[in-house]
Amino acid sequence: MTTQTETHSQIAVEVAGLKVNALQDGSGPNIVVFHHSTGSPGWIPFYDFLAQNYTVTAIDMPGYGQSERPVWARHPRDIAMLLHSAVHKMGIDNDAHMVGMGFGGWVAAELAAMHLHGLDSLILVGAAGVQPEEGEIADVIFYEFEEYVKLGFSSDEAYAEVFGDEAAPELKELWDFSREMTARLTWKPWMFNRQLPHLIGEVETPTLLLWGENDRVTPIGVAEVYNASLPNSTLQVVEGVGHLVELENPQAAADAIHSFISGL
Amino acid sequence: MFVGYFTERPYQDFESGWVGATGREIEDLGMTNGDYNPRIGAELYNRYLDEKVYAEEMGFDGLMLNEHHSTPFCMGGVMNVEAAILARITKRAKIVLLGNVLPIWEDPLWLAEELAEIDMISRGRLVTGWVRGTGRESVAHNSQAPFNWERFQEAHDFVVKAWSTPGPFRWEGEHYQYRYVNPWARPYQEPHPQIWIPGVMSRNTVKWCAEHRYPYVMLATEIEPTKQSFQYYDEVAQENGYEASTEHHGYLFKVHVDETEELAEEAGRKYISGPANPFLEGNQGTVRSNLQNLPGLTSRTALLPTVTTFAAAARGRQEAQKAALAEQAAEQDKQDADAFGTYEEQVNKYSIITGTPKTVIPKIRHVLEELRPGNIFFWDGDGAMNHDDAMRSLRLFGEEVIPAVREMGKELDLKGAFEVDTQTGAPMSGD
Repeated sequence: MTTQTETHSQIAVEVAGLKVNALQDGSGPNIVVFHHSTGSPGWIPFYDFLAQNYTVTAIDMPGYGQSERPVWARHPRDIAMLLHSAVHKMGIDNDAHMVGMGFGGWVAAELAAMHLHGLDSLILVGAAGVQPEEGEIADVIFYEFEEYVKLGFSSDEAYAEVFGDEAAPELKELWDFSREMTARLTWKPWMFNRQLPHLIGEVETPTLLLWGENDRVTPIGVAEVYNASLPNSTLQVVEGVGHLVELENPQAAADAIHSFISGL
Repeated sequence: MFVGYFTERPYQDFESGWVGATGREIEDLGMTNGDYNPRIGAELYNRYLDEKVYAEEMGFDGLMLNEHHSTPFCMGGVMNVEAAILARITKRAKIVLLGNVLPIWEDPLWLAEELAEIDMISRGRLVTGWVRGTGRESVAHNSQAPFNWERFQEAHDFVVKAWSTPGPFRWEGEHYQYRYVNPWARPYQEPHPQIWIPGVMSRNTVKWCAEHRYPYVMLATEIEPTKQSFQYYDEVAQENGYEASTEHHGYLFKVHVDETEELAEEAGRKYISGPANPFLEGNQGTVRSNLQNLPGLTSRTALLPTVTTFAAAARGRQEAQKAALAEQAAEQDKQDADAFGTYEEQVNKYSIITGTPKTVIPKIRHVLEELRPGNIFFWDGDGAMNHDDAMRSLRLFGEEVIPAVREMGKELDLKGAFEVDTQTGAPMSGD
């Protein structure tokens, strides 16, 4: 179950005249996390696992959750540039590991491409952002938004374990609100950037591509394109889980990330 | 009073089952055009054009067309083509487009040129109207939903300027950019054709419409919420320094007239069978609420009173959070449709008016007295109605109903948008 713990702190900075909000907890090297297109559901068990070894900063990306909407933003790259500045203003600079999940993975990849030597590592979990050679990134437009979140799990049962049979109204509101922002940032093409494979060819940052075995949102072909384009990447598949690796098996996701970072 | 005729031009295919109460289920954007038969399409397009020509002969002032995409309930995906043909083959009636889906046009200059051509070919009989479209339209032409309202407004401003300001000029907008705006085709009417705005409940749209002094045409909404929407229009008008009147109010409603009460009921029930608009109650279609609630398509707080009724709610203007409820309501409505229960309900609340002229005329009078619209459209020939159903009704409209309605219009002082200039309030000389 998604819960808020009492220990994490809330931090906020102003970027381009907009408040950017984050939750922070733990100690050790910095890990910065960008959430999915559905928004951040708060402090989740995945962060607790990471916080055993790292200082975890989970940011509400501009336009999501508690962070104000840049009404002018039209592309994930705009969000990446704002987040680059936000992370700097949060005092996390040049020594951070960056985790991007789903749509947030796309934003993280854009950020890595424009901030070539600033990250210690990049971890993309079921990231969107590039077009797979086979299959397609799921289109939220054709799903009720709760069904879309269900698609992120390996099964309806796995969804129910996290959110219950039916998600709480405030979560549904978060998903609805978040998909509006996402639709302002990506539409044509849906969920990828044709330039990105070329741009990330210059990203030498060690990168972990962490994918759920049963990802029904961003097919494994997306990971393969990332893997072929990034000069220094590793693909790791987490067995038995779907797109939302960090929700369906937070321990495995955190372990994989810790193991990857430890081996750098 | 302005009296127009409308049918949504359903795709009726008795062989594949896309028609009739026992036909296949129509799910919004859930059907393949692999089933589409262009031979049937050819017959239907020609039939609907023939009916429009006959409607003009029977004395209608306006022939209304509308536009939807990727759906069998309306064949007007390229409504402007039909309008262009009508411009040439009719002589007197206005050609009323309610309306072009402005935000889905990537190149509204092209739209400005098309409409100007239609206006010229018709020698000034075009009434242009613009809508934001349902979610279906945004999906079908892949228009970015969160910017739908912004694009609507910018495309409007752009087309009006392209029509009325001598070019060339440059347009660097938020959503549209042109380095050279100088369309050689300009509208026949000066400064441009009248603009009417159809809708069901977007409060934004009503406000915007009243600010521009354009007639607002409520599409088959129930009487009470329609009244409230007109009232809102009038309030906005007052805030903008003018008194709105009948010429600013339009209403489309379902009326079918027939030779006997039995024939009338038989045909009237066809409104709710066949590929009729799945957003209207009692039909056979399934609405997919996620498509009607595309992210950001509708402002969450700007809703008109009609949201509380299924017909309008299911048209997709409700808050996204209400989507699930609407879907349940649609399911329930389908179950309730057994034994045509919803048909009776619709007849009782004037959502469907059908009968002989003798029974229909007092009901129309009731609607006119309640709503006081200066511009009305009778919606007929829809659902599973065939050509004969449509033609019988059109003849009786011409022979008995329209003359009676014109008398009512005079008696109730319901002046239309071609009798009083909606922009100035001045009487118009007529044409």
